[in-house]
Amino acid sequence: MGSAVALSRPAEGASAEEWDDYLHNRDNPAGLSRELWYHNPCGSWIVVERDTATHEILSTTLASEAAR
Amino acid sequence: MRYSAWRVFREGLRGQSGWAPVWRDPEPKKEYDIVIIGGGGHGLSTAFYLAKEHGLTNVAVLEKGYLGGGNVGRNTTIVRANYFLPGNSEFYSHSLKLWEGLEADLNYNVMHSQRGIINLFHSDGQRDAAARRGNAMINQGDDAILLDREGVRQYLPFLDFENIRFPVYGGLFHKRGGTARHDAVAWGYARGADQRGVDLIQQCEVTGIDIENGKVTGVQTTRGPIRAKKVGIVVAGRSSQVAAMAGMRLPIESHVLQAFVTEGLKPCLDHVVTFGMGHFYISQSDKGGLVFGGDIDFYPSYAQRGNLYTAEHVVEAAMTLMPMIGNAKMLRSWGGIMDMSPDGSPIIDKTHIDGLYLDCGWCYGGFKAVPASGFAFAHLIAQDRPHDTAKRFRLDRFRTGTGLMDEEGTGSQHNLH
Amino acid sequence: MRIEGKGLVDRSAPVRFSFDGQTIGGFTGDTVASALLANGRRLMGRSFKYHRPRGVMTAGSDEPSALITTGTGANQRPNERATVQEIFDGLDVRSQNAWPSLKWDVMEVNDLLSPFLAAGFYYKTFMWPRAFWETVYEPFIRRAAGLGRLSGENVEDRSERAFAHCDLLVIGGGPAGLMAALTAARAGADVILAEESALFGGRLLSETTEIDGHPGQAWAEAVRVELSQMPNVRLMSRTTITGAYDQGTYGALERVGLHTPECDAPPECFWRIAAKRAILACGAIERSIAFPMNDRPGVMLASAVRTYLNRFGVSPGKSVAIYGNNDDAHRTAADLSAAGVSVAAVIDSRSDASTTGNWPFFAGADVIDTRGRLGLNQITIRDQSVERKIAADCLAVSGGWNPALHLTCHMNARPEWKVNLAAFVPRPGAVPGLTAIGAANGTFSTGACMEAGARAAADGLAELGMTEPEMTIPQADDTPYAISPKWAVDAKGRAWLDLQNDVTTKDIKLAAQENYRSVEHMKRYTTQGMATDQGKGSNVTALAILADATGRAIPETGTTTFRPPYVPVTLSALGAGAKGAGFAPQRFTTSHKASTSRGAPMIEAGLWYRPSYHPATGETTWRESCDREVGYVRGAVGVCDVSTLGKIDIQGPDAGAFLDFVYTNTFSTLKPGRVRYGLMLREDGHVMDDGTTARFSDTHFVMTTTTAAAGQVMKHLDFVHQCLRPEQDVRFTSVTEQWAQFAVAGPRARDLLDAFLDTPVDDVDWPFMSCGPVTVSGIDARLFRISFSGERGYELAVPARYGDSLYRFLVAQAEALGGGAYGMEALNVLRIEKGFITHSEIHGRVTAFDVGMDGMMSKKKDFVGKSAAAHPGLLGPEREQLVGIRPVAPEERLLAGAHIFAENAPKKRDNSEGYMTSVAWSPTFGSYLGLGFIANGRARHGEQMRMVDHLRKVETVIEIADPMSFDPEGGRMRG
Repeated sequence: MGSAVALSRPAEGASAEEWDDYLHNRDNPAGLSRELWYHNPCGSWIVVERDTATHEILSTTLASEAAR
Repeated sequence: MRYSAWRVFREGLRGQSGWAPVWRDPEPKKEYDIVIIGGGGHGLSTAFYLAKEHGLTNVAVLEKGYLGGGNVGRNTTIVRANYFLPGNSEFYSHSLKLWEGLEADLNYNVMHSQRGIINLFHSDGQRDAAARRGNAMINQGDDAILLDREGVRQYLPFLDFENIRFPVYGGLFHKRGGTARHDAVAWGYARGADQRGVDLIQQCEVTGIDIENGKVTGVQTTRGPIRAKKVGIVVAGRSSQVAAMAGMRLPIESHVLQAFVTEGLKPCLDHVVTFGMGHFYISQSDKGGLVFGGDIDFYPSYAQRGNLYTAEHVVEAAMTLMPMIGNAKMLRSWGGIMDMSPDGSPIIDKTHIDGLYLDCGWCYGGFKAVPASGFAFAHLIAQDRPHDTAKRFRLDRFRTGTGLMDEEGTGSQHNLH
Repeated sequence: MRIEGKGLVDRSAPVRFSFDGQTIGGFTGDTVASALLANGRRLMGRSFKYHRPRGVMTAGSDEPSALITTGTGANQRPNERATVQEIFDGLDVRSQNAWPSLKWDVMEVNDLLSPFLAAGFYYKTFMWPRAFWETVYEPFIRRAAGLGRLSGENVEDRSERAFAHCDLLVIGGGPAGLMAALTAARAGADVILAEESALFGGRLLSETTEIDGHPGQAWAEAVRVELSQMPNVRLMSRTTITGAYDQGTYGALERVGLHTPECDAPPECFWRIAAKRAILACGAIERSIAFPMNDRPGVMLASAVRTYLNRFGVSPGKSVAIYGNNDDAHRTAADLSAAGVSVAAVIDSRSDASTTGNWPFFAGADVIDTRGRLGLNQITIRDQSVERKIAADCLAVSGGWNPALHLTCHMNARPEWKVNLAAFVPRPGAVPGLTAIGAANGTFSTGACMEAGARAAADGLAELGMTEPEMTIPQADDTPYAISPKWAVDAKGRAWLDLQNDVTTKDIKLAAQENYRSVEHMKRYTTQGMATDQGKGSNVTALAILADATGRAIPETGTTTFRPPYVPVTLSALGAGAKGAGFAPQRFTTSHKASTSRGAPMIEAGLWYRPSYHPATGETTWRESCDREVGYVRGAVGVCDVSTLGKIDIQGPDAGAFLDFVYTNTFSTLKPGRVRYGLMLREDGHVMDDGTTARFSDTHFVMTTTTAAAGQVMKHLDFVHQCLRPEQDVRFTSVTEQWAQFAVAGPRARDLLDAFLDTPVDDVDWPFMSCGPVTVSGIDARLFRISFSGERGYELAVPARYGDSLYRFLVAQAEALGGGAYGMEALNVLRIEKGFITHSEIHGRVTAFDVGMDGMMSKKKDFVGKSAAAHPGLLGPEREQLVGIRPVAPEERLLAGAHIFAENAPKKRDNSEGYMTSVAWSPTFGSYLGLGFIANGRARHGEQMRMVDHLRKVETVIEIADPMSFDPEGGRMRG
């Protein structure tokens, strides 16, 4: 799905810049990255920490736990 | 030196001894008027047009590896002008016109082959969308033909019409679309720029961008500092890293796209064909290999290699569409780093920093744009205002919602374009 | 020629196959190459650019020259390797890239033109006249390009794909791999041993090496037998590991049926193997030396000569000369001599070399020329500046070994250069979980290989928490590798590197001269290493020459990237199962059989199949059927299967709050027993989907989505709940397949339902947009009073197992009332008449404002997409808004996809003010009706414009109108 920044949805009334950052702008790291993945068969959203240069997976957390 | 058949003949008699270097290897100067960061297709074409169209030659292209070593060296080489949204329409139309004169402009055979591209569709809804696109192309002054099933069969009789899971309803045929030799494009632009006095500096990685009082003053590199009045960033999948050197966060996510080629075969496919029920596109190179590709792998990556599942998925589309290539063998695979933007369309714009310009967001459609992107970026840098064909490629369009160009209709998710 | 008493082929099982129409005899176990050599045939192919005669260079999958086509028609397989293809009775083999025959190839004229066809020549010419490129030059180049030919017939989908898991994957069944597999297997680990060849043993099958005083082959066979009896071991012969991927995933290509006549066995199987650990023991690949005219048939690798001799019992020549820069040259001579083959000479480029037998020997000498166009007959050597000619019909060349480290570099690593080995070796840790050993790691003696195998397995076992077994390492040769690098010979004439693409040392030097200095530029400019063998035997030599020409050391010059697949993989194996219906699942509704039995053409709606229309006797066009079905719904009652629309069951105390957040409008205020239309946005403010949601109780809702967006909406709901609102107490699940749901629509719809439901449906209890439980013959069902057709409409849902019988019953009842079944075409007409949108309109770039539903965006609560929808660019009169479109003259055509212009505006992009999204012939209105988008459309009702379709050459004067053409008050629905 993209960056795990999607977990931090701006509150109602936030500025256009905050929404722009949320929807569009990304750190896009070449290295350690925090992302949101979706497991289609069971419908789970998962926060994945991985390295975008080596593809190593460092950790996985259910999004519902990470989001609380 | 000029290339020609006569020259080839003469050098053949002289044991090839007279061929001059295709480009120089100059030491970087301490200062240039313009520094272009990125020696790929777009960076090299920018340098070429700066020199040719604007007479600006005190220019350096800084490439961290070897020229053309990025996406321009590893794509499926499709050239087309079949976009339909305003902004894209005029831009790619302009690019195709530049392609058509490119060999003459560069005096380098880029093997531009306008063999035609057929976009297949597989439902009434897809046909209607194809019609909207085709009409837009003709409105733009380009060519399009709407083929029905029998029309497609005349050009592509080997498609699996009888068995295919998603029947072929027809195709949108763009005759002026086709392919070109990707390395030749990069090398041709490089040579053209170099001959006009542009310095091409390889093995030179930019490590910092110097800014004073909101204005760019130069760059730091692995080969020393270089002062410059204007700096253009055109590094595709690495855009975020380079932009961060100027304190910018871009609306870009970098993803891997795989491309594949088979062993060389005698001619069996005369067009570029794209599948409508699975992202898949294929053509045959002049060396005989079938060149094809499909979806990105969907997760961000800088590794320039893809996973096996996606490779299989791409080949599945080939097998359902044209099983007659089933006994061809995949010879090699590549991966690039795609700079994905939120609407799938590019950015060619100034930044908030005086003298710093940005060209990125090509997703995986950058090859066909090499001429027009360089042309427009050169215009922007030289004249400080956008060229007409690229004026909609604004960086701020995502924040304002004005002028989005979402060809796929999938919305603000970078990996869906 | 065949040597008696040698080789592992089965001499009791002779085989006859054909090569270019001629019958050739061999034995089971022979490859095409070994059988041809046994019959004295050295000419096997032609090179790509110059069409020079080619023989066989190697005995393995690294073969660059002897490429063949096997089979015919749908089984025609081009570019097979004669060194890999095993022979069987009736095998049909043809040479490639030569016309009219292999011996007399017209295109050999290219060789005479070679000075003009140097590397990169095509970049410098073929540019003038411009028109000639497409019409003359390119067609010619394309016909000359490529090696083999596809038959053009559809390949049957007989290959397979499979999956396997293991603790340890051992890649390569030579001495190192066998020891590793044995060690791990005896410890109880799950082991897969993959070997590219048909037999296990690796180089032990090709050499006369002894292990524990016995032939190495015997030891290998004993190990294989032990492994084959262990249940925790999977032996995979004829299996090449093609790629190393992330997280211990490996791809593998198994040749299952290609060595047998066509039968039930799949030709190939492509495997995906998940291995906790892997050991790379795939050996090394020998390289040649670049001396002038080193490409003739009869010039081959010394290791290949020994393989043909010892494994196949074939001598590639009667009088064999040997040239090398290491001790393998002498071992080759010894083997040949012991087999009774005449050794014409041994030429060792090392001046301090000595030899082991009684044959003409030249130290510090080099081969500088060869003769014999269709097959070697003479070599010229230079021995201390003296030139000698030696007659020979085979020249075995040993230029040293390159570890086959490709897999270790599939994940971006580069290899390391070892000066003492004059070779690249794998970088440790390059692929997580993969250890390279043996010759693949630069260890070239048998004894050391076996020890490395046992040790690597033990290390792997320890990492997996298993105990290593007691292992005795057998005794075998441990002679160190002694090589003096010799890449190219300094002499006049063309010296080949890439035998297939015809790349010579001159081409490399030309690339350097023209400043294509980086190894990647050199490769792409000269095409070195880009042929079917990917330069396995020639890349390192080419690199050495480039280094020399550019004044750099080899490590500094670097290598090109190694990428999967290691050997080319047949597309029908990699994509096995995808032909035809196998490409994607087929989803059928419960009424499918009933529809097809009526002759309804079934069309794809995503993965589903739905009936397009139901032809009645006498009808000849689909329009007739469609018009009739529209009439059913407008005039009597129609029945349509709507099961494919997504149905999501949502329950919990916070279900209402949850829906308030995903929909733009409010659902927490919906009363139980009622249904509401909802609009769902993406967070970027554009419409994702629309649908109706019904409330059955305080904590129970059922949402419907469109067929097209069902999956996307489900994923979205999961995202909202898990990522944005995890504290909300709500659960939901897809029930699309659990309920069969049918629309019953038309003025007589209630009559139809009243006649069979257990309780009648009156308008008081069942007003428009209501829902609730009902029973059908005692079965619990759900009824919704909603309408997509604009008529009085209901949808009746039953558990799916009753769907077929309910559907048939409903249609029969409808027919009794003067109506019947209606399909997708009629459905589309009905909804266009009412201006109801589908994904043709909400195509992903459309906002609520665009479709006139901004009033549905609640101001009182936050919802997904609210903020972005308020961005200036997503509102305003310049945006294209939904309108209805009618032709001014009723008989004129409308077309979806046409663009819309002001009546007199030139038909150019700048003047396009909108486009048509949906069109249908309306029998109700007797004209075409359309929906589309026009800039500021809502303010322009009544305006006349022009619809232009260039593609189908139709222009129609149109009038902009409200999208809702039929019954704008909605009285018929609500009644």
